[in-house]
Order: sequence, then C-alpha cells, then structure tokens
Amino acid sequence: METFSDFLTGNLTEFWHLTGFYNATWQHFVMLAVGLFFIYLAIKKNFEPMLLVPIGFGILIGNVPFNTTAGLEIGIYEEGSVLNILYNGVSAGWYPPLIFLGIGAMTDFSSLIANPKLMLIGAAAQFGIFGAYMVACALGFMPDQAGAIAIIGGADGPTAIFLSSKLAPNLMGAIAVSAYSYMALVPVIQPPIMKLLTTRKERLIKMKPARAVSQNEKIIFPIVGMLLTCFVVPSGLPLLGMLFFGNLLRECGVTTRLAKTASNALTDIVTILLGMTVGASTQATSFLTKETIFIFCLGFMAFIIASASGVCFVKLFNLVLPKSKKINPLIGNAGVSAVPMSARISNNLGLQYDPSNYLLMHAMGPNVAGVIGSAVAAGVLLGFLA
Amino acid sequence: MKKSFLLLLLGVMGCLSVAAQSRGGLRINEVMVDNTGSIVDDYGEKGAWVELFNSTFAPLEISSVYITTVKFDNPDSIDKALMYAVPLGDVNTKIPKRQHVIFWADSLPTRGTFHTNFVLTPGRDNYIAIYDADGRTLIDEIVVPADLAAGSSYARKIDGEGGTNDPEAWEVRDGSEGKYITPSSNNIIKDTNKKVDTFHERDKRGFALTIMAMCIVFTALLVLCLCFMLISKIGEKITRANKMKSQGLAPKEVARDARPDHDSGEEIAAIVMALHEHLDAHDTEQTILTINKVKKSYSPWNSKIYSMRELPKR
Repeated sequence: METFSDFLTGNLTEFWHLTGFYNATWQHFVMLAVGLFFIYLAIKKNFEPMLLVPIGFGILIGNVPFNTTAGLEIGIYEEGSVLNILYNGVSAGWYPPLIFLGIGAMTDFSSLIANPKLMLIGAAAQFGIFGAYMVACALGFMPDQAGAIAIIGGADGPTAIFLSSKLAPNLMGAIAVSAYSYMALVPVIQPPIMKLLTTRKERLIKMKPARAVSQNEKIIFPIVGMLLTCFVVPSGLPLLGMLFFGNLLRECGVTTRLAKTASNALTDIVTILLGMTVGASTQATSFLTKETIFIFCLGFMAFIIASASGVCFVKLFNLVLPKSKKINPLIGNAGVSAVPMSARISNNLGLQYDPSNYLLMHAMGPNVAGVIGSAVAAGVLLGFLA
Repeated sequence: MKKSFLLLLLGVMGCLSVAAQSRGGLRINEVMVDNTGSIVDDYGEKGAWVELFNSTFAPLEISSVYITTVKFDNPDSIDKALMYAVPLGDVNTKIPKRQHVIFWADSLPTRGTFHTNFVLTPGRDNYIAIYDADGRTLIDEIVVPADLAAGSSYARKIDGEGGTNDPEAWEVRDGSEGKYITPSSNNIIKDTNKKVDTFHERDKRGFALTIMAMCIVFTALLVLCLCFMLISKIGEKITRANKMKSQGLAPKEVARDARPDHDSGEEIAAIVMALHEHLDAHDTEQTILTINKVKKSYSPWNSKIYSMRELPKR
C-alpha cells in the first residue's frame, strides 16, 4: 500500500512539474499581460483587430509555461511540433510574399497611375528606415541587425518579418510585434507630426481631382512596375513579384476568381497563421531583453522619421510645382506603407480643416507607393547585408 | 488550329527550358592524387579523391553525370566506356546547395556510388573532366599538375569560383596555415558574413549605406514614375481622341487648346449618378418585408437531429 501511494505521489509530482504553474516565471506573466493588452486594444479600442487579435492570442499561446526539457514537442521552437510547422512560414519567409499577393489583389493603383509623381513621396518616406538604421548602428547593433530593426520604419509588417527572418532571425519576434504595434498606432502617432510640420494654409490646399485611368493602364502598371523595380532591385523579387502579380490578377479582368481568393480567403488564412505564430514566437525568455526595448524605441523613432520625411518632402516638392499643381502636405505621411490607415488619417485631418477637402484618393497614391518603396528598401538592405 | 499550334509551341519551349536547367553549376573543387594523409574512404583505405561542388543555390542531382580522366578532342570522339557514370538510385547523389561530394579514384566501382572506375597517377599531369548526362556536354575540366607533392591537394581558391580549366583559380594546398586540405567541406571557411563585417568596419555610422539605399529607392520609383508619366500622357491622348471622336470632331480640326480635357473620376461618378437618377434604376432588393412567420435557417452543425447517432440496420 505504501508503495502504491509512493507511485501515486511520484506520478502526481512529475505531472506537477509539467504544469504551467510549476514552470512559470515572472517574465511569463509579463508577456501574458502584453498579450492580453493587445487583445484589449483590438477588441475595446478597435486598433487593427485583424492583426492584434491573432498576435495577442499568439503571445498567450507562446507564453504558457511548460517544461521545455520534457520533449513534449509543443513549443514553437521545438522541431516537429505543430506550432513549429506553422512557424515555418515565418522563419522561411513565405508568409509575407503571400500577404503581398493579397495586398496586390486588394489594391487599386489608379490614384498612383493618374498622378505618378506621388510615387516620389513613397520613396521619401523610406528615409525613416535608413534614419533608424544610422541610429541603430550608433547604438552598437551590427549592420544586419540594424537593417532588420530599421525596416520597422517602412510600417509594413510582412516586409519587416521577411527581412528580419533573413537578416536577424533572433530579433524577428520583437521586430514583428513592434512593426505591427506601431502600424496599429498610426492614428495616434501620425497626426501630431503632421500638424507640427504643416501650416494652416498648407493644410487647406485643394488638389485637382485625379483623372480616370483606363483599364489598359491598370494592366500595364503591374507588368511594367514589376519588371522595372525588380530589374533595379532583384532581391525584392519575392515581395514585389507577388504584389504586382496579385494586382495583375485584379486588374486583368479575366481572373476574378483568383483575385477574389487572393484578396479574401488566402489573405485571411495567411494573416491568421502569420499573426498567431509571430505572437507565439515572442517567448518570455528571448523577448524580455534590453534589445527588445531598443527595438521598440528605434521602431518608434523610425516611424516618426518616416512620417516626417514624407510631409517635409511634399513641402519641398511644392517649391518647384506650379500653383495649380501643389500637393497638400497632409498626404506626405501616407508615404509609409500602412495601407490604408495612413491615407485615411490624411483624409480625416484634411476634413478637420476643410470639410469639403477629401484627400483620401490623393493620399492613396503615396500610400501604395510606400508599399512598393518599402519592398524596394527591403530588397536593397537584403542585397547589401545578406 | 492557330491556337493549338501556339499552345504546342509554348509546350515545346517549356520542355526546352526544363532541359536547359542542366548541371552547369557542378564544379570540380579539390583533387588529391597521392593520399598520404589521414583521409580514408568507407573501407578504411587511403585513395586519390576528387571533390565535386554544387556552386548553385539549389539542390543538384548528379546521377548520370560522367566523370573521366580521358581528354576527348571533340564531342564525336567521346567514348562513354572510358568514363564513369554516376549511378542512378542513390539518394546521396543529390547535392544540397553549395555543398560537396567526394569521389574516390580507386578503380573499384563495385564498392559503391562514390568509387570511380579510374585512378589518378602521381608524378604526371592528371586530366579530370565532368560531362553532363548526355555524355557530350562538358561541364568542367581541370589538369592537376604533375609536381603536386604527396599529401597535398589541388583546390579552387574559392569554392566553385573561376571558369573551367582555369589554373589561376586553383592553388596547391599542403595542409599548412591557410592552406588547409578540406575534403567534403568549404575551401574557404567562413565564420562571419563578409559584407556585414565590411559595412561594420568601413561604415560605422551607416551613412554610406543610407545614401546608397536612398538613391536606389528613389531611382527605382523615379524610373517607374517617369515611365508612367509617359504612359499616362499616351493614355490621356487616347482618351481625348476618343472623346473628340464621340463628339464627331477630328483631332486635326480642333486647336490644341480647344481640345476637350480628360474626365476625372468625380465627373464620371457624377455622370453615372445622373444616369442612375434619370433612368430610375434600382438594384434588386435582397430584403423582403413580410408579416408571415419567417423560418429560421439552420445548419446541420447546430441541429440536434444530426447530432444523434442512427442505430445500425441489421
């Protein structure tokens, strides 16, 4: 009988050692709180729920403590576990191009085609990336790590994941969470910068309505766009190729079913998997470090520089443009590739000062140019540092 | 008929492009003629060896590739009997990207896939070549010099780099510092990323990379911008021409300034709205207002009937 009770006690003790309660550390609870905060922001504050709910819940999944030496094959970093298989899309970098396919299939590039000079705003806003790169270098990060962190300034989650998976896989969790967090906080971060850098007179500039774009132009755009940008930066091929391919599916008019799948079902599936696994990859032991704090600070700074450089570029550009063709600098912030949030912010802010000044379609131009620009910037960093 | 011919042509071109993905990236990477060191084969014997390297970034299947020590003057004089064909059916003949395999030149092919039917002879020039599966396409060749000392290898300075039979790209390695003999591994051992190190050393503040990268980003988008300015000009011209045509005007008859401007999206939206109002057009309404009892839709997933198991019929 004594032996039987020993047997029971021994097994129950062993089981106790496998539970989350036994293996928990304070870091786990911090991360669980972060996950819950993300879910709160998404549900109660409606901050990018499509991203923050999967990421937030992923953080909860990834930070349930367990005995890592028991060989249970359940952790995201344990080879062969279900989470590890799903995480392969992030670590091998094939979720981001699929997301780009969906973005391409969802995006209407007409405003950009109608007014191609808006592309330059998308290019100027990429200074956020390289400004942050210089600061990261000054803080002592190696160039590859600095490049991976700086891409947060592009305000493009998939691009950030793609680049960091190649340049600094160890920092990817922090970079991805940081990029998506700031994307969700675009409505909070950008308006003060836009107000600070513009005068009331500039905010009231009314832009000429964009012309209607023919279907032929819309079809030519993804083909020429892909060839030109990829000839300049072949390392951006996975992202740019898929972006323009998705757009061709949308615009050619004969692949409606494929375009619908790419923009709805496929994007939804990949977003769920990407968000959840990125969240789960932020495990307390590797996430709560000094580097993560630096990454969040640098990401924030990159975002501010990117928004500011877009607005300042428009102001500079206006100096050489004729009066009838002046651009409202409130669309400069849309040079970051947070589509369509930053364009919506330009529009809302424009309406605050003049209720008849709708800037949405004008802001969509630099906004989609930002998507192209950040993919090109990622390609450049990959080419130089991989 | 024309369509079928076009499809057939495309199919043939597709097949040709597949065939074109040959094993051109395979390289002879290091050779040891007189093995006096501690490198032994799977039988514990020291033989001459030839290391092949997959210089591509994709796995390379080398079964059916020919390795030979006989130099043929022209493709017509090739005698396959004098060459060693890498056997089919061995999983190890698929070389992963940027990896190596060793072939033992011991004239004992019965010992396995990686034992060839030829030997290398110390004290004289040893010609080694690899041919593609057709037995005619030369992939790589090298002449190992006669004065190669015992225990030394003849290796490419950088793995896979340099052309075919290019002695400049090769060097003698005697196992001394920096001249390591590296069977089945990289001739240059890389422990860091050279590009990253260079940027770290020469561009500590990241200023140079920023300038270069911003220039590239601007160039890419500027080229795209210019291209679409041109396309947009052509587009506008065509739109105007079509508009004039619809108004019964010939472009040449109307002065440049008097030509109608293009329609903006807003104008088109206004026209469409006006037409909509004028024609009193309605969409098909989905909602029906009724006082009848509405039957709720249900799915098998929430139906109790479907959750009960039927008894098997005898």
